[in-house]
Amino acid sequence: MSEAKDAAGKGPLIYRQSIWTRVTHWVWAICLFFLLLTGLQIFNAHPALYIGQQSGFEFENAILEIGAVNTPEGPRGRTTIFGNSFDTTALGLGMSGTAERPAFTGFPGAVTIPSYRDLGTGRVVHFFFGWIFVATIFIWFVASFVNGHIRRDIVPRPADIAGVPRDVVDHATLRFKHGRHYGPLQKLAYFGVFFILFPLIVATGLTMSPGMDAAWPWLLDLFGGRQTARTIHFITMLLLVTFFIIHIVMVLAAGPINELRSMITGWYRASPGTPEAEGDKP
Amino acid sequence: MSALITRRNFLRSSALAGSGLILAGCDQFDFLGSRENPVRHAMEQANVLTYKVQRTLIGDQTLAREYAASEIRQGQRPNGSTAPSTPEYMFLQMQNFEPYRLTVKGMVEREVSFSLAELRNMPARSQITRHDCVEGWSCIAKWTGTALGPILDMAGVKPQARFCVYHCYDNIQRTLTGDILYYESSDLVDAYHPQTILSYGLNDQALPVSNGAPIRLRIERALGYKQPKYLHTIELVDDLSPFGRGKGGYWPDNGYDWYGGI
Repeated sequence: MSEAKDAAGKGPLIYRQSIWTRVTHWVWAICLFFLLLTGLQIFNAHPALYIGQQSGFEFENAILEIGAVNTPEGPRGRTTIFGNSFDTTALGLGMSGTAERPAFTGFPGAVTIPSYRDLGTGRVVHFFFGWIFVATIFIWFVASFVNGHIRRDIVPRPADIAGVPRDVVDHATLRFKHGRHYGPLQKLAYFGVFFILFPLIVATGLTMSPGMDAAWPWLLDLFGGRQTARTIHFITMLLLVTFFIIHIVMVLAAGPINELRSMITGWYRASPGTPEAEGDKP
Repeated sequence: MSALITRRNFLRSSALAGSGLILAGCDQFDFLGSRENPVRHAMEQANVLTYKVQRTLIGDQTLAREYAASEIRQGQRPNGSTAPSTPEYMFLQMQNFEPYRLTVKGMVEREVSFSLAELRNMPARSQITRHDCVEGWSCIAKWTGTALGPILDMAGVKPQARFCVYHCYDNIQRTLTGDILYYESSDLVDAYHPQTILSYGLNDQALPVSNGAPIRLRIERALGYKQPKYLHTIELVDDLSPFGRGKGGYWPDNGYDWYGGI
């Protein structure tokens, strides 16, 4: 292996993303978009989250409630988290739309599918993409186990853990390495998504099914009840949205053209100085 | 080696990302709400898949979880119809449901009907179960009634029957052209499930009107809308299309999935 630094100061072009990684990535992107927006539609049918088996109507076990209240200044959106109430009209939570035509929903119609209230349609679209999402997870795990993607790029090694502080500093100072392999923080982020968040959001989704609770009653014990599972499903959604935002910011910060190319064609321009390997292009 | 990103580049790309993230309202997918739309129709096939997979995965006799009495922490939350206003129902209510009859008809060897007293004298089953509403909330209550399976056997279900249609008294929706009465349906697996009971008792009291008096069917492995209140007739059929708008229930006619197991 030789130092690959040509006249233009380019690193080698490396084949970084297999067809399995690329296709599953984009299928997930579409699925998660629809799952999120229909999920918020479904949430709006009862915009409250509880801890336990059931929802407290005559006792208190809600940890989140989004609604609207009447005030001397007119109706306002109100969100209550762990007993603390906030006016969330400005965020569109509890109340949205125009002053002439206010809408009183948990999340505003701008972030739900359909944009109007329609639980039945939200469920149809949610379960359709839920099936595709789960099938794609299955395909990804099989393919990535076979082609070594999981072992090579996803599961952090001791060296990755040791490299975390350095990688944090690099990220904080916007110095990105474009190496052959994922960096420590990258590995940890993807590991968290594939091994924690994806399984968690599927399993908590199934725990909300009365049919699946009969088949696999341990789901209820694992998550501490159907309503707790619903709450975890929601929190996992928030974590996936957080991942998505960081993911997009990192793509833009690290060079959107190069990053997008690698997720479409598989080919990735590494940093100058990256050792060349067989199969690279100049 | 590392690639340096200038602050200006970073800020510029971040601003680009920010504007891309702002969704200009999501009504471009509202067409999926139209039940005639072919894309929606294709997506609804996922619910057929869910039904088939759950029927394969869940044993026909597998019970829904039953809870301890200490888990009953509140009354059963009423939802949907809570006070039917059809003349037939109001008459029965005034008569304290004395003239009530539950009828089993359709694809049966013999049409049978039972009074409330007769149903109460049949072997009873009590179960403390979790009621899961399609909206997302749950409520635990004790339901007492008699199993539907043996009643179907008394009528003698013909081999060609595939579904039970449950006809109810409540006018869930009033329109200019008249009342729309609630109805639901299930396959025979759910109908014969040991926890599927014609309930007349709730939390050790007579079933109140708001929860479906005199009889509410419990199908414990499905969502609340599959558990019809104010039930008066069970019709055995091999085809659901002649009823309502043909989807097998009031809510399925309005866009909910028929199976209701998730």
